[in-house]
Amino acid sequence: MLNIKGLKVKLEEEDKTILKGVDLEVPAGMVHAIMGPNGSGKSTLSYVLSGRSGYEVTGGTATLDGVDLLDMAPEERAAAGLFLAFQYPVEIPGVGNMTFLRTAVNAQRKMRGEDDLSATDFLKTIRAKAKALKIDAEMLKRPVNVGFSGGEKKRNEILQMAMLEPKMCILDETDSGLDVDAMKLVSEGVNALRDEGRSFLVITHYQRLLDHIKPDVVHILARGRIVKSGGPELALEVENNGYSDILAEVA
Amino acid sequence: MGSADEVNVKEGVEEETVEAVKSLGEKYKYGWETDIEMEYAPKGVSEDIVKLISEKNDEPTWMLDWRLQAFRRWEQMVEPDWALIDYPKIDFQDIYYYARPKSMEEKPKSLDEVDPKLLATYEKLGIPLKEQMILAGVEGAEDTPAEGRKVAVDAVFDSVSVGTTFQAELKKAGVIFCSISEAIKEHPELVQQYLGTVVPQTDNFYATLNSAVFSDGSFVYIPPGTKCPMELSTYFRINAENTGQFERTLIIADKGAYVSYLEGCTAPQRDTAQLHAAVVELVLLEDAEIKYSTVQNWFPGDEEGKGGIYNFVTKRADCRGDRSKVMWTQVETGSAVTWKYPSCILRGDESQGEFYSIAITNNYQQADTGTKMVHLGKDTRSRIVSKGISAGRAQNTYRGLVSMHPRAQNSRNYTQCDSLLIGDQCGAHTVPYIEVKNNSSRVEHEATTSKVDDEQMFYCQSRGMGEEEAVALIVNGFAKEVLQALPMEFAMEAQQLVAISLEGSVG
Repeated sequence: MLNIKGLKVKLEEEDKTILKGVDLEVPAGMVHAIMGPNGSGKSTLSYVLSGRSGYEVTGGTATLDGVDLLDMAPEERAAAGLFLAFQYPVEIPGVGNMTFLRTAVNAQRKMRGEDDLSATDFLKTIRAKAKALKIDAEMLKRPVNVGFSGGEKKRNEILQMAMLEPKMCILDETDSGLDVDAMKLVSEGVNALRDEGRSFLVITHYQRLLDHIKPDVVHILARGRIVKSGGPELALEVENNGYSDILAEVA
Repeated sequence: MGSADEVNVKEGVEEETVEAVKSLGEKYKYGWETDIEMEYAPKGVSEDIVKLISEKNDEPTWMLDWRLQAFRRWEQMVEPDWALIDYPKIDFQDIYYYARPKSMEEKPKSLDEVDPKLLATYEKLGIPLKEQMILAGVEGAEDTPAEGRKVAVDAVFDSVSVGTTFQAELKKAGVIFCSISEAIKEHPELVQQYLGTVVPQTDNFYATLNSAVFSDGSFVYIPPGTKCPMELSTYFRINAENTGQFERTLIIADKGAYVSYLEGCTAPQRDTAQLHAAVVELVLLEDAEIKYSTVQNWFPGDEEGKGGIYNFVTKRADCRGDRSKVMWTQVETGSAVTWKYPSCILRGDESQGEFYSIAITNNYQQADTGTKMVHLGKDTRSRIVSKGISAGRAQNTYRGLVSMHPRAQNSRNYTQCDSLLIGDQCGAHTVPYIEVKNNSSRVEHEATTSKVDDEQMFYCQSRGMGEEEAVALIVNGFAKEVLQALPMEFAMEAQQLVAISLEGSVG
């Protein structure tokens, strides 16, 4: 599925290297978590994979099912099956949530050479998926993320994920700003999407999200590199002892 | 408006917008010209030309006298230069003031007699002149009636009206909808009573020129207590080269009458600029209501700023009667230069004026547009929502006047002007004039300027939308309050136009 080899990334505007050779492989059907101290490059990794501007790849590769991601425009990566759930979902005034999603779904279908989803099918699908995330009709009509609470924004990200049905889902600190109930809802939403053809890369600071979304592998990203990988117990270790032990160990 | 999202989600809307963006090899899709034999009056303007136009239209003497009066006045006037627009000096003697298809020499008696080439022209523009139902064409709309809606059309080709549809059916309702040249002959009492009473002959340079040389346009009269049974629409097409279009529209809504009127405009793609100087007068008596919507898509000039229409238009509504209400909605995507301020004179007590505008300028386009709300009566209300979108090297100015006269006690105005910039070489300007001459009125003004933000673009793209599609979506969101004010069929057309006119503005 996702294959990252020796990925090196610097900021476009400054001479600052953020990722210094990341190696990571997420096979199909797996959930991998990435944890790490602030400034370790977690968000950068998610942005570079999804094609945000402002970064320069200076070395290494990233492929999705063998296809080079780094060469594609963001929308092509999306059509290829990559999805990023944003840490800070963006507000788009005046654009209804439903319009936004339908435009996105059909744009991807078109790029893949598929027919548009009919209005009826779209409505049926979105209503069912929204219900599971406790997103009401009102919220579907409101402009994208405008005036949404933190929890609503994150649930909305998961709804988009559910509608777009990506192969590879990256969740960037989806737990930030969520209370316990919202975290449960979001996690249930994610878990419902788990299947053998779909993989997840869950970026988080806290172990508690991983109580809900059980990872197969946990990686520690520090100073621009994956410094340690292990099972779910690694997350517990971080929770109890912080990063200092691990960092000392690999230094 | 809960249904707005539903509208957007319907079949055929976004697909078309996307299509429109994608299929653009040629950017301005109305840039072709009709090859048809034309009859011209000699170039330039003089008393003889004014007489000739009057004669071609078979006008009574009072009309000719009125025109000549305007012409003599115009000769004394100077072209205004206060607007924030910059264009080469117009040589008013190097323009044809009258051009009509040869086949129109004998006025066709019905649409069946109209030259098929002309019918084909409008067909190609998507304006069928055959009387037919305009189907809403969207499924899943909970609030759309199942049967189609009818729209009556008056088509103006260069200097003459080609034909007006549904006249018989409108007549049954007592509504008069015809070309103004016909109205001058058939309903002289109404024309004489109202023509030039809203925009006087002496009003301004372009309006005065129009008064002298207008060749055709539309005329509407809605009798007391009548709700016009269908939307009325005029479609203006400039085809001939070096020809100015000077049309005149006069709409009278008698006591308690209601009408929704749409106006559309296109022109062929040429590298020489062309002049369009129209006058629109709306008269509203007690409790009357007029909705006037414009989708202006004159040729904007090419990417280097060559050619395009110079659009100098005077539009004004006079709310003479108490409780009358007028709403101007305009989507301005075309023209190289736009100089246009649809205004409301709120004379009647409790009368209301609304102005909703989207002006999009790309490449080298320049727009100086806005409105005037003149509050004369008590308890009058006005609302201005203006959205300016600039891309490329375009300049977009909102210029507005809100004036509260001493007698306009307890009147209110709310103005909201938002500008959106795409790229860093375009400009947005807001020039509001506010005069309040009583102490019980209230005027509110809000203005914002923003840029299409990289975060928003990336968010849309990361969900699978291409750049153009993302910009169109964001801009449509920005302009939504105005698009909502348009009749539904127009709103869709306008959304597509937004996408098309911003093509190539990113990346």
